[in-house]
Amino acid sequence: MMVDITTQYLGLTLRTPIVASPSPRTGNIADLVALEQAGVGAVVLPSLFEEDLEAESLTLYERHEKGAFTNPEAADYFPDLTYSHLGLERHMTLLRDAVQELAIPVIGSINGRTPGGWVEYAQTMADAGAAAVELNMYDVAADPSRTASDVEAEYIKLVTEVVDAVDVPVSVKLSPYFTSFANFARHVVGAGAQGLVLFNRFYQPDLDLDTLDVTPRLELSHPSEVRLPLRWIAILRRHLPHTSLALTSGVHSGQDVLKALLAGSDAVMTTTAVLNTGPEIVRTMVDEMQAWLTDREYDSVTQLQGSMAQHATSDPGAYERAQYQQVLASWRPVS
Amino acid sequence: MFMWACVDGNEAAARVAHALSDVCAIYPITPASPMGELADSWSAAGRGNIWGQIPTVVQLQSEGGAAGALHGALQKGALATTFTASQGLLLMVPNMFKIAGELTPAVIHVAARTVATHALSIFGDHSDVMAARSTGWAMLCASSVQEAQDFALVSHATTLQSRVPFLHFFDGFRTSHEIDKIDLLSDDDLRALIDPERVLDHRMRGMSPERPVLRGTAQNPDVFFQARESVNPFYDAVAQHTQHAFDALADRTGRQYRLVDYVGEPDAERIIVVMGSASGTIRETIGELGKRGEKVGVAIIRLYRPFPTQALIDALPKTVRRIAVLDRTKEPGAPAEPLHLDVALALHEHWTGSTPLVIGGRYGLASKEFTPAHAAAVFAELAADQPKPRFTVGIVDDVTRLSIPPVADFRPEQPTTQCVFYGLGSDGTVGANKASIKILGDQPDLFAQGYFVYDSKKSGSVTVSHLRFGPDPITSTYLIDQADFVACHQFTLLSRMDVLGSARHGATFLLNSPYSAEDTWGQLPGSVQQQILDKELQVYVIDAASVAREVGLRGLINTVMQPCFFALVDVMDAEAAVQLMKEHVTKTHGRRGQHVVERNHAAIDSALAALHKMVVPNCVTNAETAGFHLPDAAPDFVRRVTAKMLAGEGDLLPVSALPVDGTFPTDTAKWEKRALADELPIWDSDICIDCGKCALVCPHAAIRMKAYPEEALTDAPSAFPSKAYGGKDLPAGTRLTIQVAPDDCTGCGICVDVCPARSKTEVRHKSINMEPASQHRDAERVNYDFFLTLPEVDRSAVRHDTVKGSQLLQPLFEFSGACSGCGETPYLKLLTQQFGDRMIVANATGCSSIFGGNLPTTPWSVNAEGRGPAWNNSLFEDNAEFGLGMRLGADAQAGEARALVRELAAEIGEDLASDLLTKQPHIDDEPAIAEQRTRVAQLRERLAAIDDPRARSLDAIAEALVPLAVWIVGGDGWAYDIGFGGLDHVLSSGANVNVIVLDTEVYSNTGGQASKATPRGAAAKFASSGKGTKKKDLGLLAQAYGDVYVAQIAIGANETQTVRALLEAAAYDGPSLVIAYSTCIAHGIEMATSMTHQKAAVASGYWPLYRFHPSPEPGAHPFHLDSKKPTIPLHEFEQHETRYAALYRTEPERAAALEAQAQADIDERWNYYDQLAGVERTVVAEEQ
Repeated sequence: MMVDITTQYLGLTLRTPIVASPSPRTGNIADLVALEQAGVGAVVLPSLFEEDLEAESLTLYERHEKGAFTNPEAADYFPDLTYSHLGLERHMTLLRDAVQELAIPVIGSINGRTPGGWVEYAQTMADAGAAAVELNMYDVAADPSRTASDVEAEYIKLVTEVVDAVDVPVSVKLSPYFTSFANFARHVVGAGAQGLVLFNRFYQPDLDLDTLDVTPRLELSHPSEVRLPLRWIAILRRHLPHTSLALTSGVHSGQDVLKALLAGSDAVMTTTAVLNTGPEIVRTMVDEMQAWLTDREYDSVTQLQGSMAQHATSDPGAYERAQYQQVLASWRPVS
Repeated sequence: MFMWACVDGNEAAARVAHALSDVCAIYPITPASPMGELADSWSAAGRGNIWGQIPTVVQLQSEGGAAGALHGALQKGALATTFTASQGLLLMVPNMFKIAGELTPAVIHVAARTVATHALSIFGDHSDVMAARSTGWAMLCASSVQEAQDFALVSHATTLQSRVPFLHFFDGFRTSHEIDKIDLLSDDDLRALIDPERVLDHRMRGMSPERPVLRGTAQNPDVFFQARESVNPFYDAVAQHTQHAFDALADRTGRQYRLVDYVGEPDAERIIVVMGSASGTIRETIGELGKRGEKVGVAIIRLYRPFPTQALIDALPKTVRRIAVLDRTKEPGAPAEPLHLDVALALHEHWTGSTPLVIGGRYGLASKEFTPAHAAAVFAELAADQPKPRFTVGIVDDVTRLSIPPVADFRPEQPTTQCVFYGLGSDGTVGANKASIKILGDQPDLFAQGYFVYDSKKSGSVTVSHLRFGPDPITSTYLIDQADFVACHQFTLLSRMDVLGSARHGATFLLNSPYSAEDTWGQLPGSVQQQILDKELQVYVIDAASVAREVGLRGLINTVMQPCFFALVDVMDAEAAVQLMKEHVTKTHGRRGQHVVERNHAAIDSALAALHKMVVPNCVTNAETAGFHLPDAAPDFVRRVTAKMLAGEGDLLPVSALPVDGTFPTDTAKWEKRALADELPIWDSDICIDCGKCALVCPHAAIRMKAYPEEALTDAPSAFPSKAYGGKDLPAGTRLTIQVAPDDCTGCGICVDVCPARSKTEVRHKSINMEPASQHRDAERVNYDFFLTLPEVDRSAVRHDTVKGSQLLQPLFEFSGACSGCGETPYLKLLTQQFGDRMIVANATGCSSIFGGNLPTTPWSVNAEGRGPAWNNSLFEDNAEFGLGMRLGADAQAGEARALVRELAAEIGEDLASDLLTKQPHIDDEPAIAEQRTRVAQLRERLAAIDDPRARSLDAIAEALVPLAVWIVGGDGWAYDIGFGGLDHVLSSGANVNVIVLDTEVYSNTGGQASKATPRGAAAKFASSGKGTKKKDLGLLAQAYGDVYVAQIAIGANETQTVRALLEAAAYDGPSLVIAYSTCIAHGIEMATSMTHQKAAVASGYWPLYRFHPSPEPGAHPFHLDSKKPTIPLHEFEQHETRYAALYRTEPERAAALEAQAQADIDERWNYYDQLAGVERTVVAEEQ
């Protein structure tokens, strides 16, 4: 008999705790259907980047205007096109189609640039049938005049505004780069977020030695990267007992999913594994989970979830040790 | 029930034509292109004709093809039409005879344009339609935008009734491009005039195997003549059918037209007979003269063929004593112009009583202005004791003295508010004014008119918008010279041209100024200050660029200036105007996304707060005079003629000033000095690696590289930069300088983009960097003047097959008016560096003929010896043949010269004669050519002393002993489409000609229509849903001959391959075809990076580089692939181009499908090319 692996996330019932997080694989219906068939409990669509929408619109505008009405032979240089599939429309079409095609919850993701943008697009997604909205918040705080408090206050304000504006659950995807992450996480939840997704991954600048150009790159995750969110979910689980926590980064196998659940995750997100292997990796993950749970005679993942959170382990300090010496000290010879 | 709308003449006619056709066969030609474009876009959008069917719109390879398709569609019983002008109409003439001969209902809508003679002109007159008047088509002339619509319907209706095909025409630009508020015809109006029975008759005459007939027979002397006469009754009935249609239209709309309309005093004694838009001007003139008690009138010919003799006689008041017939065409050698002859004969045969005196005059050729002062001059001439029997009006003819002078200061009272706007093409002024006309025209009690004038440049072009609005329909068909409101949208124009010359006394002047209202006065040229004071202008100032920047609109100031216009002309409630402007923005730009709308709305909201009235001081504070200032060194012709055109005073040049045969000097662009760039590329000699790439890619030859002896720097300006030359091919101590021509650079930034040399300590700093022109222009002017004095490099001393070497050679193509960042011009410039002193050019009509040969100036230039490319443009379709003819002519001269050298060897000197004949240099052998030129000079010296007519003959053609390169230049529209038949023939000829195709993959010059060079998936005009078929492989077709050198190049992707391919093409003793990838604003790319963007075109396999070099060697492998196997997917290249990215935003599924197919095309082609690289092929020697 199969172990019950349904889970609750953002008030939604997921048939499995594995969620496909934003990637090109969640950007088309065929892959979304394949992911659903492979066993994901929910999907998060690729982020809607407000900055991209602006750039797309203005670039098209400028290129249509370029050369227009400059000489008597050519009023302009392009056919008179109506762009009915600009970024927002493309995104909403995908969202509507996904909601239509899939039985599992479809979660929208936003990266805004302006306060109005966050709210407007969250509302639009909710109206289009998103089961929840994930705020993909990141900000390279490069301005030395902005304090940490300023940055955090802006985040909190945005969360508050979006939560007030929509009637679907709102989760917030954060980076780990906050001075007091646990405190900040509590404020985000206090602002109304019903879930936290830990952690965001960024494009990082690389330097091209041939061209001497700065080339932003997004490296796909390595399984070792699961440890950072694992720590924070384990720590936060007790402090945020009613908040949905989702782990993302470094989830490549059923074992990684199990670890995330043990630490206290309500849902576990995977991107790289799906990109590398295809949607069918999810089926393998589910099988691996089932095998492990069955072997150990779990009834459901609910039993599992948080059973190794910081407060539930015999060595709570293990989650807070951060220095090399302490790692050495914790080493025990293999028996 | 009126249905008002503001449209131009093209749209007015095309709307009816599309609604009444099953098939539209189209081909672009100015100024008729918009009709085809509209028809195509309407069908693409699913708009049907009045029978509910979506007309099939098909683009052909030429107007000749369009006429053929038209003929075929008609013969199948379809209702078919086409649109054209000028040379396009001439290409249709053969089919027009056929269509008329078969009594086939059809309509061609013509935006009448002058036919090329001594020069091409895109502008309007009747020389094209007059050239078609013997085809047997009825000809109906519309004089206004309203009539262009109404007469389109009458044409379609009457052709069905009469079976005589109709040529419906209206004046190119003045009517085709004038925006007017007109009453639109409804579909019910159209149905009311189209007789369904006649439609069925037409369909039943269509070819069908169910009703087999034979048409298009060949007839013999026994019956042809009789058959030709059999059509007479049909022509006799056309006038009646036309008038019936006019009457039916009047029943529906209240607008009553007649075959000949008379306007004026019922007892007029002096009358003008005219066709076309000039009638509006003449009507205004009559109104004014009538107030003065003069008995004048105008007869407006509507139906020109069949000529409505009786209608003319009936229309003319019996009191008329003198008639002037105005023709907008010229038929050299004719006893009179066509309309004049027609009118004179009609009066001679049918006038009862004493026949009035009839004189005839030409006016308005190539859109020459025709104003009330000119019309009044004609009436004055009619009142003279002895009127000139033949005259011209609108020019000063000081040669044959045919011209009559305008009546000074004659201006009818204007019931309209008149506004003139000066702007640059890039700032959106025209677009904003078109929006304003629509807003004004939408007001229930207001009529509006707009007409737009452009200069001849594609970069930095000046636009002048003429807007009129008032309570009555507007008939003025001439430019405004007494404006109530003048706006100058670019502060720099005040120094370049007489902006305020068109302002009336007390007018309002709106100025976009980078300075505050207080500081602006001090920045105005003194002559502008004086005009403001003299005319007591009300001056308002706004820093529109700052407002636009603040709301995130980079450089597009139109939506900032527009609210200021509405506020200052006070034509409607300010709040209502703002609301309407916003609605228009939403309607127009909403399709580009909400952000664009929001920013434009913000611009509208911010504008008025930034608008300030200037407190005008009471005295002039500056000495500078506005207007064009010619450099002192300019030669005589430039001073006398070119400078007048540059100053905007070309209209004042008399006939005697112009060359009689269209021959102009080259080397004139350098006198123009437009100083367009806001930023200039500034060279840092410390970092430079001498690569020459900046100079190679510069579209305007504004970056120059020279290597010269150190001693040449003796008198250098103190800040003149130089560095040690980094090669061993020139003597030690040689210095090198990269120099910008600061007044000729357009600031495109391509040179900086391609520069590979970066600072070791700050990588953003390159060896060449864009910096504010205001900080560098003066110093760079000094440097550039000195740079020009530096000696040119010894052409024999440097390699021509390297980028660096080629860029040390003097370009003889410089400072063209091409678009900033143009991808075509670098190739032409390089050609002139390699062969400029030994090349002649046949240039197909298109962008390259416009930036190469559109007056006032030309970029084709000369070297210190006075040698340089000789250039000519024949037509669009015949360019390959034109170039072949040049080759044949040159070869004939060379053969004759050699024969004469042999004949005169004894007198010339046997040694010299022998060397001249046996040491014939190859085209790319620089030292040998120099030696041969020396020998030719010696020859001429000796010939001067020989008293023999053969010596004179040889002297005249002695230069033919020096090799000559014939370069045939044109775009893809020419090579792939309209000129392909000729190109194919020339390539097959074995003749030593070189063809370069500047392949932008669209008809760039006419606005980006698809050609057969347009790749699959690209959105273009005539292919707005993305071209569904793949690009024609022109290179492969040419290779099939086996003995044609073929290269495909992309200068931005592989500079060296480009340099070598052009050298090889010229050196190849046979036909050569070079297909050059040319980035274009019609691609929708960032032009500053257009050259580096070409690397992606090649890396994706989109544009493979190769050279096919035929060889007589057994086992030769002529095909060399010069690019590597594709390394990136097509999508990575295409996603950066609007022409491809657009389709993903209009029809994403089709876009994805076409891209997948296009990727398959590329994969398959690469596989094929890869195999070709291993194929052996040998050129078989021709029998001698």
